[in-house]
Amino acid sequence: MAQPTVMEKLEILSDAAKYDASCASSSTTKRNSLKGGIGSTTGSGICHSYAPDGRCISLLKILLTNYCSYDCVFCINRSSSNVRRARFTVEEVVDLTLSFYKRNYIEGLFLSSGIIRSPDYTMAELVRVAQTLREVHGFRGYIHLKLIPSANADLVAQAGLYADRVSINVELPSEVSLKRFAPEKQPREISAAMGGLKLRIEEGKAERAKSRRAPAFSPAGQSTQMIVGADGASDAAILQRSAQLYGSFGLRRVYYSAFSPIPDSSAQLPLAEPPLMREHRLYQADWLTRFYGFEVGEILDDGVGGMLDLAIDPKLAWALRHRARFPVDVNRADRETLLRVPGLGTKSVGKILETRRFRRLRLEDVGKIARSMTTLRHFIVAEGWRPGAVLDSERLKQHLAPRPQQLALL
Amino acid sequence: MTDASGPVLARLAHPADFEGWRQQARALALAGVAPAQIDWRIGDADAGLFADAAVPLPEPKPGIELTVPRDFPELARLVVCHRDAGRFDLLYRLLLRLQSQPALLRVLTDDDVHKANAMAKSVRRDLHKMTAFVRFRQVEGPDGAEAFVAWFEPEHHIVERVSRFFVERFASMRWSILTPLRSLHWDGATLHIGEGASRADAPDDDAMEAYWRTYYANIFNPARLKIKAMKAEMPEKYWRNLPEAQLIAPLIAAAGRRAEAMVANQPTLPSERHLRQAQRQRDEALPGPEAGGSWQEAKAAARDCARCGLCQHATQTVFGEGPLSAPVMFVGEQPGDQEDLAGKPFIGPAGQVFDRVMGEAGLDRSRAYVTNAVKHFKFTVKGKRRIHERPNAGEISACRFWLGLERDFVRPKLVVALGATALNALTGHTGSLASMRERDLVLEDGAALIATVHPSYLLRLPDEAARERETARFRADLGRVGLLVPEMVAA
Repeated sequence: MAQPTVMEKLEILSDAAKYDASCASSSTTKRNSLKGGIGSTTGSGICHSYAPDGRCISLLKILLTNYCSYDCVFCINRSSSNVRRARFTVEEVVDLTLSFYKRNYIEGLFLSSGIIRSPDYTMAELVRVAQTLREVHGFRGYIHLKLIPSANADLVAQAGLYADRVSINVELPSEVSLKRFAPEKQPREISAAMGGLKLRIEEGKAERAKSRRAPAFSPAGQSTQMIVGADGASDAAILQRSAQLYGSFGLRRVYYSAFSPIPDSSAQLPLAEPPLMREHRLYQADWLTRFYGFEVGEILDDGVGGMLDLAIDPKLAWALRHRARFPVDVNRADRETLLRVPGLGTKSVGKILETRRFRRLRLEDVGKIARSMTTLRHFIVAEGWRPGAVLDSERLKQHLAPRPQQLALL
Repeated sequence: MTDASGPVLARLAHPADFEGWRQQARALALAGVAPAQIDWRIGDADAGLFADAAVPLPEPKPGIELTVPRDFPELARLVVCHRDAGRFDLLYRLLLRLQSQPALLRVLTDDDVHKANAMAKSVRRDLHKMTAFVRFRQVEGPDGAEAFVAWFEPEHHIVERVSRFFVERFASMRWSILTPLRSLHWDGATLHIGEGASRADAPDDDAMEAYWRTYYANIFNPARLKIKAMKAEMPEKYWRNLPEAQLIAPLIAAAGRRAEAMVANQPTLPSERHLRQAQRQRDEALPGPEAGGSWQEAKAAARDCARCGLCQHATQTVFGEGPLSAPVMFVGEQPGDQEDLAGKPFIGPAGQVFDRVMGEAGLDRSRAYVTNAVKHFKFTVKGKRRIHERPNAGEISACRFWLGLERDFVRPKLVVALGATALNALTGHTGSLASMRERDLVLEDGAALIATVHPSYLLRLPDEAARERETARFRADLGRVGLLVPEMVAA
């Protein structure tokens, strides 16, 4: 077979990379190229485009190769699949990254790879791309490297020095399903590697605090991804696992990726539409635990099967189960209580707290602060406003739940 | 024009002329001119109507001083970039109101404040979208060097303000960004801000755009269509200048068919290559000759231990460390947060106390074997923190298997139990530690046993005096180790 052209390789190896949901290019060190090199980072990431799947395109997200010796059932690149295979050279990835970057298509590179020859060989190739970009071309843009858990410590150390973020995917919420669906992956090795990363990242931060000249080790931290809907794990199991991952490894993000049909898929997996709404609800629940003071147990305290309600968001679901706690007086309630009101986000709560030092808030004032009053009005008391008996109505949920087909697609 | 009741003309050099607004607003406010009297004009487009364009600003009235809160100038800089014709008027009104209500900007529901914040937000969004959606096309520079030109249509007057971003990012390139209002030109050293341009002034293609479109088409997953989410972040008004946008309609049109095909297609049989490789891996994985069972093998096997439930949440098994010929074995309770992450025993805060007191007692830690009664960290998660929990009897008993193996491999003369859990694991004793402390004990295999506190106990004592007293007792216990086993004493 003829060697594929760079264009063909790009086609194959970006198609192979799209099932990783991570796209962030934020919260790294601030850099610019006023004194040489090319590129900058601003602290907050930039999404340079959006695909019709609603996902942001911030980085050139590709695999170095989709040849892989692992046979993970859920993965398009698994050894037993018959997708077209290709392999970039280090220089080809470097050239594409720079050409895209100079035209302002991307913030940088997110590079991953199938496992070829050995974990160390593959990791060394990934590191070589990052090293070439940084040292030969003075690239100051963003680099996210996927780590191979069993790669040796020196390679991991180098990867962390060149990359803004490193990540290892846990892929599935439980050890049992990982063993079943990804027989070559070692769950214990994955968590040990994430533990080691946490210590290195903290060490790097401590050294940077002492001296600005100390090299940063993966300054944008580490993240991971869990596939949702490939195995039978409940939302409760997924969220408990996330809480443990955040708590143990200080992760910046846990990405949830709805298991999606892939070309040439395995007979062992559900071939169905990806559970997009479930993925969305998991993200909402994840946010509630990280920014709104909710415990996982509270979000799923309905006692039925540990699954989130797909019809309404988890905060509204919680509020409907605890109606006695409402309505909340926006002129008096403390931050923790306001954060639990459906329809109020962290920013709106901050604005309410700030403004009410000077004015008693009326409903129309809250309307200037909050994004939407449709749900919110039923759960708050404001100057001259009480929600009335609707809050106790059995039909409130039907009233507030959007029609499902609207949410599913558009 | 200095008549306080007549209209006052204030001229601005360009649509986002913050400095011009600031100087004149200041002078006008000091002169006590009311907002409704001022006519803010941009440029000299209609200078003819006002032959007296160089009207001197009104005289300041005595006794008026101007102060503004710290965040007002930044708000004003953003609002000035907005395309709303009333922006200068709004800012001037806010400036005056701030004199009597210094905290006005905190009142987010005030109409003027709300409007100014909404305008600033819109400008910030436009700035951000410009950094995202400008697309450079390569042209040949004056001396044949590579240069880039982009055409962009911002919503607001943001070109000057956004320039810094592009200079910092593309300092080593030569580039121009053309917009209908103003244009930026960077020659690698200095920035020139010029007149507006038209789309025809920009190149209409770039060889890399075919690659970019290939990437865009292939990174899209047809099985998950979320058009509304895409449009919310990439509004259609930007599409005409985005080379990838021409793919949006065809990708959406074909998505349903592609997703259905993926679901309908039967799985194929794996290739020859896969089968060969799988066979090779099976051959490699065949167990070697039956091993006699070494410490290394025990450690490797412990990595996959699932004798109790702790392995589900702990990061890894933390096996003991130290020379297998060690005369003394220290047994702690369980790994803590740091030990769990690093996979090594006694390296966290308690491990540091242990090392320090060992040194003070004249002992050399590197000559000892150090391990824990339970090899996995037990904890509960509180937000970003993990709180230590004591292992229960079942967990201690399940892990006794590994501790037993370690004792068989090391065969120490003396075992030191650090804390009640270790004592329980070694002897089955479930009563208090105090009754067993400072006694000469013997284990069933003949090894001597010393029971003392766990070093984390010292860290938990709130009272300085108690901590010193208990540390001294701990040091004395370790001193007995040196007396019983002189090889442990550091040279």
